[in-house]
Amino acid sequence: MTADLSLRELAIQVIYLASSVFFILGLRGLSGPEKARAGMAQAAFGMLLAIVGTLLHQDIVRFDWIVAGLVIGGFIGVVIGRPLFIKVPMTAMPQWVALSHAAGAVAATLVGINEYVHLGAATPRGAMGALGFEVFLGALTVTGSVMAFGKLQEILPGRPVTWPLQNFGNLLLLAIALGLIITLVVNPGLSTAFWVLTAIAAALGVLMVLPIGGADMPVVISLLNAYAGLSASAMGFAIDNNLLIIVGALDGTSGLLLSILMCRAMNRSFVNVLFGAFGAKVTAAGKSAEGQDMRAITPDDAAVRLAYAGLVIVVPGYGLAVAQAQHALRELTEQLEKRGVEVKYAIHPVAGRMPGHMNVLLAEANVPYDKLYDMDEINAEFNRCDVALVIGANDVVNPAARSDPASPIYGMPILDVDRAKSVIVLKRGKGAGFAGIENELFFNPKTAMLFGDAKASLSRLVTELKAL
Amino acid sequence: MGLTTVIQLYVFVLAGFVGYQVISRVPPLLHTPLMSAANAITGISLVGSLVAAGSDHSRLSNVLGLIAVICATVNVVGGFLITDRMLKMFKRDGRKPS
Repeated sequence: MTADLSLRELAIQVIYLASSVFFILGLRGLSGPEKARAGMAQAAFGMLLAIVGTLLHQDIVRFDWIVAGLVIGGFIGVVIGRPLFIKVPMTAMPQWVALSHAAGAVAATLVGINEYVHLGAATPRGAMGALGFEVFLGALTVTGSVMAFGKLQEILPGRPVTWPLQNFGNLLLLAIALGLIITLVVNPGLSTAFWVLTAIAAALGVLMVLPIGGADMPVVISLLNAYAGLSASAMGFAIDNNLLIIVGALDGTSGLLLSILMCRAMNRSFVNVLFGAFGAKVTAAGKSAEGQDMRAITPDDAAVRLAYAGLVIVVPGYGLAVAQAQHALRELTEQLEKRGVEVKYAIHPVAGRMPGHMNVLLAEANVPYDKLYDMDEINAEFNRCDVALVIGANDVVNPAARSDPASPIYGMPILDVDRAKSVIVLKRGKGAGFAGIENELFFNPKTAMLFGDAKASLSRLVTELKAL
Repeated sequence: MGLTTVIQLYVFVLAGFVGYQVISRVPPLLHTPLMSAANAITGISLVGSLVAAGSDHSRLSNVLGLIAVICATVNVVGGFLITDRMLKMFKRDGRKPS
């Protein structure tokens, strides 16, 4: 680095530096919805600079393969991808993001493999360690993302798949993989070790995602994002490219931070999510609801209660999205607002299948984003709320998380719906929630249950409101 | 461990720190677009792919590079398209002054 750079190298480095700045500015744009699109334009410009800078690289001597790759990739992305991305519903967003992760990770893995094939026994030790991590994280992300896609798309069973000695086996494979990386650093010429490492990484991706349940997918997708970023960083170490290191590190922290936030919102540790196979065994611990009754309410009574409320807080859960009822909900809240009722939405961090998913689902249904409130912002307001309208949410409003140490979800931060003056719960049937836990909120004297399909119930409420 | 590696580690750690500062300011409202933006940016592996595809080492290098360039480009284009589509949907309530 101390030797003088040639003019060409200097140009590359300056372009890369500018590119890094644009990526950081782009991510900073995401600190508010007004500047976010402009931010993404900056990030895209950063990517363009990265490509331009790379094309100046002295090792690039022919452009036929590059042009072919960019044209085919761009074609697949724009011509096939564009209609798909425009049509695909927002509920399906997590699996498409997972698939896109897989594509990026394939690239990282192949670059690593290519580098090793090219250098072989002559690979410097430091670069070998980096290559090992690049290929390990890359291959793991490829298969892991494809598995996550399969689970979310319901091609594969969404429930956790478990087998004996599962965690032990996975940890053993992980240990072997790390051992192989060390072996390769000591003896870079041992190509068998490299191929076995790649195969183990690919197998681990499958084995680690299989036991994880649908509701834990937000954590998995965030983690895969982090792995893909770290893989790119490792590539930067291997081929001595600071831009890759910087952007990979940005991605890595983004993924890690989001997975930590998701774990915190579920009051579970990383280890528990990755190795716990949550939802596998439905041991309905905690208070049972025997001998208590839920009070049902008719749509016309519910409509009257909502119509004469001062403040209504809507608590949407993933059940709302499953019933495709977001648009019906927006119609309902518009009717209420016409009557002068104040309406706010309370969004729990894990409502949905990826971080922040519910916000996007509601934005798609044209709910203005200034009506969407995070858990911390809204919890203090339930006291002055006349009706809390819970739709397709269960565990995130279960007071047992605050009060019952025996409950499996004890300690999980929840929306304090039980502090509202009254509660109306829209629910398909009388069964327990996703985690198989009884919810005492449903038996609270303040609570009225409106049974039935969420979309049909909401449409009924709209009709009743219009008739009032 | 050479000086280059040390400098690389500096870059890595500082970039991670900047990432932490920037990303912890992203509100939960935008966590899904953040994730899809991060995903688009992972396409930065395009940089390594381009070098592999355009090098003159071997035919294998070119072919692996070609596949890598295709995948990374799909990742970049798809990622930015999805993110923009999502961000377009976030609208303020038009009736109330902000």
